[in-house]
Amino acid sequence: MNRLLKHREIFLFLAILLVLVLVTARFPRFAQPGNLLTIFNDSSILIMLALGQMAVILTRSIDLSMAANLALTGMVVAMVNAAFPGVPVPLLIVMCIVVGGALGAFNGILVWKLEIPPIVVTLGTLTIFRGMVFVISGGAWVNAAQMSPDFISLQRTMFLGLPLLSWFAIVTALVFFLLMTRTPLGRALYAIGVNPTASVYTGINVGRTKFYAFVIAGAVAGLCGYLWISRYVIASVEVAGGYELTIIAACVIGGVSIAGGIGSVAGVLLGALFLGIINNALPVIGVSPFWQMAISGTAILLAVVLNARGERRHGRIILKKAEAV
Amino acid sequence: MTEIHATGRSLPNRLDKPLKSAVLSWESLLVLVAVGIFILNSFASPYFLNAWSLSDLTFNFTEKALIALAMALLIISGEIDLSVAAIIALASTMMGLALQYGADTPTLVAVGVGVGILCGAFNGFLVTGLKLPSIVVTIGTMSLFRGIAFIVLGDQSFKGYPASFSWFGQGYVYWVISFELVLFLVCAVIYWVLLHRTNFGRRVFAIGNNDVAAQFSGVRVDRIKFILFCLTGLMSGIAAVLLTARLGSTRPSIAEGFELEAITMVVLGGVSILGGAGSIIGVVLAALIVGLVTFGLGLLNVPGIVMTIFTGSLLIVVIALPILFRMWRNRA
Repeated sequence: MNRLLKHREIFLFLAILLVLVLVTARFPRFAQPGNLLTIFNDSSILIMLALGQMAVILTRSIDLSMAANLALTGMVVAMVNAAFPGVPVPLLIVMCIVVGGALGAFNGILVWKLEIPPIVVTLGTLTIFRGMVFVISGGAWVNAAQMSPDFISLQRTMFLGLPLLSWFAIVTALVFFLLMTRTPLGRALYAIGVNPTASVYTGINVGRTKFYAFVIAGAVAGLCGYLWISRYVIASVEVAGGYELTIIAACVIGGVSIAGGIGSVAGVLLGALFLGIINNALPVIGVSPFWQMAISGTAILLAVVLNARGERRHGRIILKKAEAV
Repeated sequence: MTEIHATGRSLPNRLDKPLKSAVLSWESLLVLVAVGIFILNSFASPYFLNAWSLSDLTFNFTEKALIALAMALLIISGEIDLSVAAIIALASTMMGLALQYGADTPTLVAVGVGVGILCGAFNGFLVTGLKLPSIVVTIGTMSLFRGIAFIVLGDQSFKGYPASFSWFGQGYVYWVISFELVLFLVCAVIYWVLLHRTNFGRRVFAIGNNDVAAQFSGVRVDRIKFILFCLTGLMSGIAAVLLTARLGSTRPSIAEGFELEAITMVVLGGVSILGGAGSIIGVVLAALIVGLVTFGLGLLNVPGIVMTIFTGSLLIVVIALPILFRMWRNRA
């Protein structure tokens, strides 16, 4: 059991299985492949956002502005689509990634060049981005009637049995897996989190690497801006309000250490899925959706306790080795 | 070679002369900003320079500023509490629940403040007892506390608070001086004495600068951090009483976003987010500035959401300016 607890991914996987079994015991239709794919599709946006957040948290930073970035980029793209329905959707998606990445770069520059603590920077930009949504839209909504049919239908297009939205999440997860495990940048993200001072001595530019992390998180948030707007078919100031904490929750449940340096793509994937399954299961078993918040709060607290156990054991092993020598 | 700032503190070789350091201090910068905004406001709107307008102004920030006082101590000690707004929601909900069982005004206040302290103690236990990082713990308890409020209330609301209770949020002590303002000023003095004139305050700074060293110097780090979390809970409970009394109703979404505004006040007030530095006077001035900005913009019919752009920019600009100034001076 202790060995299992050490592997966060396996433990989370079992926890997810347990929830599935419990719900399915009473409602056999819940675990049907079709419903599971729907849950995955529902969780896709959270998965992507949490992966972006992970890149930032690994470097001992935090990005509180992701949900506001999503809302702002989503509003921009929705307004462009409403004003110029002829612009092809793939171009709009590229635009989202660029706009989101630019907003992330703004965070990153402040963290890199001015060395302002990330939590202060993103606390500020969170309110600025959210306010900008109101300024550019004048408080008005962009609704389904104003969006072009392509804009709405693209992410619902089926490809190999899955909607494109799911494919976006799968591809993003693959890209992040390669980035984290196969590139110098991924290695640098972990290195900075484990020991920033040592990273400097190994030739890593700590500030610039953090900057890249914020750009990555911003670009992902921008992409999710399009996906969110076209999924719920409404762009308004309140889009994804308070969602920044859900994103961090998915990371924490997935085993990402808020102290930096620890976390995996598979863990974050499962963490986001766990929240997605809970949210989907509650209405099925007849629990009022008003319970959702308290339950995810409890899940976060349990996850932090487990994280702390794992990390502390890790520390002790190193000490023992030192004593032996 | 890049310089590494592992912490926000640096020890100068020689201290500045008292007058120079007073003029160049963060607090005098804040005073300048506050006076500037005050003058701008009085030019911008003819309704601003009026005793009752200025009195209304104070309602804008006192509840958040009360929390900011305790939050300042918590942040100086190197921790943070993101759950304060959720504590308000839970405390307000419990007061509403007590009201349904016919509680009178003193009981209502006791329930609000008591729930606040309990929530703070819960945070404190998780952080100091189980050694968990406060930022994640309080993100968790934030969902938990507000979640409980949602479970109790759903899409309903509690109304019908007695008039004697409403006085806490709407009453005036003398002429235009509201109870909220008096309470805030009294608390500000108490927190100033606590932080700057007692052993307790000195230990808070010591913990924020180096908690390991503080531990080895005989400071009971965990106990003090626990007390600070309880204090933050207490102030949130008091804020819950004031806000509930002022609004006259409780919804589970009450006080949403308060945590970010309280933290903005603390950071704007010159408290290092990394811990170990800050002053109560700075926090009080920052609260005043945030209140002035939002109230002045309100008089100009600027919508609330646009005001947040100003608060957010103010936060970043006021932090960034001294850093830019230092970079520019080092280059010259």
